[in-house]
Amino acid sequence: MSRAAHPAQDRSAREAYRDLLLELMAGDPRLCCLDSDTGLFNGADLSPAGDRYVNLGIAEHNLLGMAAGLAAAGKLPYVNTMATFATTRALEVLKVDIAYNNLPVRIAATHGGLAAGHLGPTHHALEDLAVTRALPNLTVVVPADAAQAAEAVRQTLELPGPLYLRLGRNPTPPLDAAAPPFRLGAAQRLRDGDDLVIVACGPHPVLAATQASDTLAAMGVGAAVLNLHTLKPLDTAALAAAAAGGRPVVTVEEHWRSGGLGSAVAETLAELAPTRVARIGMPDRFVDEVGGQEHLLDHYEINDVTVVANALRLLSEPDPSGGNLSEHAAVPGV
Amino acid sequence: MELLERAHRIREHIVDMCAGEEGGHLGGSMSLVEILVALYFAVLRVDPRAPDDPGRDLLLLSKGHGAIGLYATLAERGFFPVEELAGYATPGSRLMGHPVRAVPGVELPSGSLGHGLALANGLALGARLDGLDRRCYVVLGDGELQEGSVWEAAMAAASLGLERLVAVVDRNGLQITGPTERAIALEPLAGRWAAFGWAVREVDGHDLAALVDLLGRVPAEPGRPTMVIAHTVKGKGLPFVEGRPHSHYARLGERQHQRALAVLAAQRRRAAT
Repeated sequence: MSRAAHPAQDRSAREAYRDLLLELMAGDPRLCCLDSDTGLFNGADLSPAGDRYVNLGIAEHNLLGMAAGLAAAGKLPYVNTMATFATTRALEVLKVDIAYNNLPVRIAATHGGLAAGHLGPTHHALEDLAVTRALPNLTVVVPADAAQAAEAVRQTLELPGPLYLRLGRNPTPPLDAAAPPFRLGAAQRLRDGDDLVIVACGPHPVLAATQASDTLAAMGVGAAVLNLHTLKPLDTAALAAAAAGGRPVVTVEEHWRSGGLGSAVAETLAELAPTRVARIGMPDRFVDEVGGQEHLLDHYEINDVTVVANALRLLSEPDPSGGNLSEHAAVPGV
Repeated sequence: MELLERAHRIREHIVDMCAGEEGGHLGGSMSLVEILVALYFAVLRVDPRAPDDPGRDLLLLSKGHGAIGLYATLAERGFFPVEELAGYATPGSRLMGHPVRAVPGVELPSGSLGHGLALANGLALGARLDGLDRRCYVVLGDGELQEGSVWEAAMAAASLGLERLVAVVDRNGLQITGPTERAIALEPLAGRWAAFGWAVREVDGHDLAALVDLLGRVPAEPGRPTMVIAHTVKGKGLPFVEGRPHSHYARLGERQHQRALAVLAAQRRRAAT
């Protein structure tokens, strides 16, 4: 169920981050912005940042290393790079110099998930959550819309340790105005429902989750939706409470099926509230289809249709397998 | 105490630590000694009683395998008791095989090569943004210069004009498998750094007076970071390992340990006369 047109209120998380950062930099000399030729700040008025905005070119090891050095010198560096470069190319710097030292570096990782679309697997980041979630000291946040990205920046301003903020690239719709406020580290409950739980993170998966919940509601099935925007530290209490009594859980994320949100949820529930979990995410392969982000999400069945099908299957069948439709021939498409 | 005596004592500590159960990075620690003595006892504005003073000069040991050389120097400088060196690499000690922040005087940990220069860039930029005149020193290994990240950082430092930044290369010419030039050649090393925009100086890395003189002149050229290529001998002080790649890591047996201490004692006596 792709959304071809973007209404006027759609906004990209990375632009929301940029605008807020410049606003905050004007009043706080601790804040620095290290760019890596991303172009995100092209055309922006950089005067509030002064000499605290530095473009370090296309050199991500130096980028993250310098950010660690700046943080050790008492600054609060915000680093702009693509998610894949921060978490795979420069992973050792992220691990050793930032996470190990527990320094307050904020990594604004754009092009998370499939946001780079037709640019292909070199620019996709489908392992970043697995990688960052594994590192001690790192806080990992995946905002679900532009406002949430800005709120995440505000709520982590004084965070003593490092932050990985996964941002997309493209404009996405705002969450419902009625959604409860974003609180760092706390699952955001977007729908109520007693039959099952849908857990998601990131703009498109959260949208798929709420759309699926609405579809299920029309069928008489109550599906709660949790936006688990903070992947680390994980709100295990909210997860366990939501799944209490063996309520089945469907997870949906823009990430390979291993290591990310689905894994985090399955690990947590296996220990705290055992139940059946179906994980929807990118199958265990590199993208070999050409197309934009939304096309790819549909092509690889990371959408509301798959969420609904898995929800219904979990409620009706004892089959312990779950996940994307094409990987489970027994599950008919909807 | 004069610098030469400090160097003698530090070499003895290094040898003692290499006689411990785990052994240690002997060669690359012995080659470093005068560089660290010059910095910690004559150049760096640091105070062991106030190790977090915000105005202090900063030193990073990017070649983290020189840890025992650094620990011995920090202990001699008064950052922690010399007696603690005896616990090196043993359970319960904070003296890990690569420098860790838990050790007083260690600014940032190291071990994986190719990280220190970018960190020093960040420290130097931070100082400049805050209007501090602190100097940032980083000591690199020569084999370490094969890491591409070093050259990313080298470009950035020159491009940003980080003139309070001084990098010192411990140019002992050897890496684990043999001469650097037979692995991935580094020469012409001075020309390479100059081409990257650095003020390059070369020095005998065991000449304390020359090191003190050179390392205290910051910047060597206005607007440029300084690269000091310190020509050293791996395993310096121990004729039976000097200039030999196998000195990279050693666990000295009792006989070797005593022999090493005797050789060092003889050197100290010669220096005194």
